[in-house]
Amino acid sequence: MFDGYTSSELMSIFAMQGFAGLSLFSVFVLMAMGLAIIFGQMGVINMAHGEFMILGAYTTYLTSGFFQSYLPGLFGGYFLIAMVLAFIVCAALGALVEWLMIRHLYHRPLDTLLATWGLSLIMQQAYRSIFGAREVGVELPEWMIGAISVTDLVELPINGLFVMIIALSIAVGVYLLMYRSGYGKKVRAVVQNRPMAEAVGINSAGIDRATFALGCGIAGIAGAAFTMIGSTGPSSGQAYIVDTFLVVVFGGAQSLIGTIISAFGISQAQSTMEFFLSGSMAKVLTLLVVVGILMLRPEGLMALKVRR
Amino acid sequence: MKSSSPLKWFGSREGLYYLALAFLLVIILPLALDPFRLNMVGKYLTYAFVAIGLVMCWGKAGILSLGQGVFFGLGGYCMAMFLKLEASTPEATAIQSTPGIPDFMDWNQLTELPWFWEPFHSFSFTLIAVIGVPMLLAFVIGFAMFTRRVGGVYFAIITQAIAAILTILIIGQQGYTGGVNGITDLKTLMGWDIRTDEARTTLYFICVGMLFLCLFVARLVQNRKLGRILVAMNAQEMRVRFSGYDVAAFKIFVFCLAAAFAGIGGAMFTLIVGFMSPSFIGIVASIEMVIFCALGGRLSILGAVYGALLVNAAKSGFSESFPELWPFAMGALFIGVVLAFPNGLAGLYQSYVIPLEDRLLKRKKPEAEPAAKPAAAQPDAEKADDYDPMINSYSPEKS
Repeated sequence: MFDGYTSSELMSIFAMQGFAGLSLFSVFVLMAMGLAIIFGQMGVINMAHGEFMILGAYTTYLTSGFFQSYLPGLFGGYFLIAMVLAFIVCAALGALVEWLMIRHLYHRPLDTLLATWGLSLIMQQAYRSIFGAREVGVELPEWMIGAISVTDLVELPINGLFVMIIALSIAVGVYLLMYRSGYGKKVRAVVQNRPMAEAVGINSAGIDRATFALGCGIAGIAGAAFTMIGSTGPSSGQAYIVDTFLVVVFGGAQSLIGTIISAFGISQAQSTMEFFLSGSMAKVLTLLVVVGILMLRPEGLMALKVRR
Repeated sequence: MKSSSPLKWFGSREGLYYLALAFLLVIILPLALDPFRLNMVGKYLTYAFVAIGLVMCWGKAGILSLGQGVFFGLGGYCMAMFLKLEASTPEATAIQSTPGIPDFMDWNQLTELPWFWEPFHSFSFTLIAVIGVPMLLAFVIGFAMFTRRVGGVYFAIITQAIAAILTILIIGQQGYTGGVNGITDLKTLMGWDIRTDEARTTLYFICVGMLFLCLFVARLVQNRKLGRILVAMNAQEMRVRFSGYDVAAFKIFVFCLAAAFAGIGGAMFTLIVGFMSPSFIGIVASIEMVIFCALGGRLSILGAVYGALLVNAAKSGFSESFPELWPFAMGALFIGVVLAFPNGLAGLYQSYVIPLEDRLLKRKKPEAEPAAKPAAAQPDAEKADDYDPMINSYSPEKS
């Protein structure tokens, strides 16, 4: 597949596709972070994760509309408020869902999967009824339009760069929260040994609810960031959900670093191959390799070593 | 129960349930519905094959596969490839630049038949492939996963990814597979036109026959030691392993069995509906198949048939009159079946209708009691055999 390219051409192709892959990488990281927290901590598969993301995107859409009509002067800064709102809305809905549904199903992970799938169908149709089946997009503030040129060939769009920065800062934030805070310590204690954690006085049910809400909130931020680089439709979330699950499982369910590494690997492999093969074949090959590796190494790249 | 004669079995309570289903499918529905509607019921029944497989695989053995659509699709595509080749004779495709190959290949500038299409000229090969290809894939997946003790949600996600891979592959490789439209314009099966009303009615009855064959096989498995090991594996996998059973082998077996059922269902689907396309095998379609099984009752093979019929009938009913309400109903069904009645219709039947039946039977029987003792003992023995697992083996406390 490399026939007919000189080595310098290959280098610039890889560089170009590498930058394209970074954009996919940020989407993966944003989505996978929330998912990894929920899946890693509680063993819960949230199939509605994509729909939470879209909820964040629609929140951003509404906020931008609000700013356009009532506060046009502050339009440049609406995105930060939209991000906070998206987090709050999604986290609140997440806590509600946990209270109504998930907490009854902790011992039945497969059933959680089906129940959250049902939730995702309902949410999708709700979006379709409220916002219509057509995809909506937000208007970008002026400072986000344009590109920075690094060399003659390579240009970085500012909005893509911005999303990447959000993705990385969320990743760092989640890392700090999980490994450098009291809450994180409790979460990790519950993951490693629930009965013992309860025995030393950690409210594991409360931790579960907070974690689920946090995961959904991060999905909301992901959705807000997603509006910067793409338009939002009722079923946009579903398009990413399988990829994101593979990212999380491939990285090792309880490892944040693993999640980031696998998001990077999968997105880079996919976008590099996309140049040489058709888009669908690139995706098939990437998924096949991931599934193949998972069959050989089911615990994922970075497995948490816990004595069971 | 096995020792009793087949005739006696038909008089037993379980036998009567099967007779009732047969009565409904063979007599009532064909009489009540016009050929078009009967064809639709036939289509729903093809999903019942998948649902029966899921009962064995998920309900009994606890392996949730979200990729049953893959096996359904493989069976369906095998049959569709045979029918397509039969429809693409050089005479019928004379206007193409390469006569004798399927029309979509010609549109995609293919000039000869790909090698993997060649064997599908033979009907006997196709029949073997309909069952064999899904089973082979299931064996490969099962062998790779179960011997490494991958289970639970990991297995579910990976099977879902496989469903995604196959769908993308089929849509992407338009020249070889017909792409997003699927394989259409199927006309005859060994010279027999499958598009007429009579042919469709005949196919419906063939489908019912195959369904009962699959029910019989599934019943055979569940009533033997094999079936009990499957249920035991679901509840206490470690204990079964320590008792000396090869858990992986049993899991591979039941996964392959489910795949074979799904493959047969897919082939019948192609025959009854007249085409096959990737939309029936993707992630969404595959996960919908789980709800057929869950609604009917994940532990009841008969329930699975009713579940497939009811969900699909509701789906067409909703789609005809209120298409926007269907996803809400479907979503509520997923949540309700998991939260409120995890054993589905069969569980409800077990807890509400069976006591009623018992009362009716007792009221009728007192004077005949001594004479009919062996017969009266029958339902009890049967309960211990088949129906107990419905309630008891379902253990929410599984860790």
